[in-house]
Amino acid sequence: MLHLKRTVPLAIAFLSGILLLIQYFVPHPWSAKFLQYTSDWQVTLAYAALLLGVGSLVQSHVTKARRKAPGWGFSAVALAAFGITVAMGMWWSVHTAWQSRTDASIVTTGSGEGSPLSWVYNSLLFPMGGAMFSILGFFIASAAFRAFRVKSPEATLLLLSAIVVMLGQVPLGAHLPGIPQLSAWLLSVPTTAAKRAIGFGVALGSIATALRVIFGIERAYLGGE
Amino acid sequence: MIRVAAIFLLTAAALRAQSFEKLEVLDAPGDAGGAAWVIWKRLPAESDEEGAKRITYVVSVAKDATGDFEEVARFPATAKFMSDNTEAFGWSKKTADWHAVKVDAPGYEDGSAANFPVYAKVVALSAESEIASGTASGIARPNWLTASKFNVFVFIALLGGVMMFLIARARRNSEIFVRRIPGLDAMEEAIGRATEMGKPILFLNGLNDMSSISTIASTAILGQVAKRVATYDTQILVPCFDPVVMAVSQEVMREGFISAGRPDSYRPDSAFFVTSDQFGYVAAVDGIMMREKPAACFYMGYYYAESLLLAETGGTTGAIQIAGTDSVTQLPFFIASCDYTLLGEELYAASAYLSREPIQLGSLIAQDWGKLFVLAAIVIGTVLALFHVQTFVHMVATY
Repeated sequence: MLHLKRTVPLAIAFLSGILLLIQYFVPHPWSAKFLQYTSDWQVTLAYAALLLGVGSLVQSHVTKARRKAPGWGFSAVALAAFGITVAMGMWWSVHTAWQSRTDASIVTTGSGEGSPLSWVYNSLLFPMGGAMFSILGFFIASAAFRAFRVKSPEATLLLLSAIVVMLGQVPLGAHLPGIPQLSAWLLSVPTTAAKRAIGFGVALGSIATALRVIFGIERAYLGGE
Repeated sequence: MIRVAAIFLLTAAALRAQSFEKLEVLDAPGDAGGAAWVIWKRLPAESDEEGAKRITYVVSVAKDATGDFEEVARFPATAKFMSDNTEAFGWSKKTADWHAVKVDAPGYEDGSAANFPVYAKVVALSAESEIASGTASGIARPNWLTASKFNVFVFIALLGGVMMFLIARARRNSEIFVRRIPGLDAMEEAIGRATEMGKPILFLNGLNDMSSISTIASTAILGQVAKRVATYDTQILVPCFDPVVMAVSQEVMREGFISAGRPDSYRPDSAFFVTSDQFGYVAAVDGIMMREKPAACFYMGYYYAESLLLAETGGTTGAIQIAGTDSVTQLPFFIASCDYTLLGEELYAASAYLSREPIQLGSLIAQDWGKLFVLAAIVIGTVLALFHVQTFVHMVATY
């Protein structure tokens, strides 16, 4: 049993890792086909895992609603929304399948233009997502307020830099001598240098982690040490 | 005016007296097939820049010598040199004396592994005359190796070799110094605080799937956190963005509870799937934060625009917040909103740091050696570039 839980996954990780590493250096069409094949596998597995996700979602909300746990009303709404959305998709599939019997131009689908699912997406999901995103503006202001409080020489430097960059981004800044140039310099020189330094660390860390996974040194993702 | 007319006449006369030298068709190196380079030496009339401006090249290709030649490129003699394509021709100064045009093999179909013959002709045109080359031929074939990526291979092999050496050394000597990472030291404190307050811990794995290195790193951290959570008998919540990440998180946590000797305390529903919609996920997690009021929030993995929405909401609940991400654009938001932030590579180091395993710590030191190598390369490259020596820069360039 332990053999199946540890050795087999480690062997699969090693083999897949080595093959995909070699694939990066091989431009031959067979190599590209192999990459496409593994990508297709990944997509297939992801869709199979979606069932797992849906199962978890339904189970956790049903349990909450059944136990009348605090905030169970939200679970009830989530379950109702889930059920209605699935029903809408299925109904539209049946509807288009029925219509396609007489009109060959109609494709059987659960979504698409004019479908209830597209209405759910355009009229509910999209605006709600937009509303969440719009809060970001206020959160940036509050986070900036905290970050720019002058508590130390570094914070003072941060505040001054922020003022220059902010002025450089607005029409008023264009009329202040030197501000657009200083703002552009701050963005393109010190900021880029810091970003690249972090980028080097990230790249090296990624390679080291990938090698650790390939050679079975890093096993935590399998639930081991 | 007289000077221009003189150059014009001289170019026409010079062109009439010349012929193409060394026209060749070469297979494009390191490609999937179907492409070739047509190269030829610059005509003597191009030695003068004004003269070069008055010459236009026309390149035509066909699939056999007697077939219909189709025009594929037309450009002035001041453009398209071998030296513009260091990936294919290297960085020798001689490449500046040659023109080079990349052409598609006639009849090539994308994804085909067959060889395709390419026949090419070049015509040099000026206002008053034209000279045509003979026909050159070559084969466009798919290649098995990319020479231009050789430097990447060498770097990975070197880093891998150094890593193995340091791991072997770490096995013999487990006394390895690793600098303190305050964010990771604070994890213990955060879990202790949650235990004292009787409130749960919220752990997020980021918004990428399991194929992302940062997600692998975050699940490794989750394993270590789960062990401590089991020891302290605290509650942990792991809302997931991806179902595969959820399954891995459940397994990692289960093993963490088992290794802490408390398998009975593990609750499989601690890690649960929320949604794969970015802002739907944010809304759900923010809702959990506001209802459950966690004592500690861990944001590990890769984040996008939602980072600040999560961290600011977590901040309003009074939770101690520790973030770790390799998303450079989101780091400032986490730094502004969280108590501790693991910057980039510290996220990958977290698992080794928390587990204190000599083998893992050995691989951490290899990363530092890699950084030293990069630093040395930057200094050497900068110094050489100041003296117009570009060889080293080309050696480390990626294509």
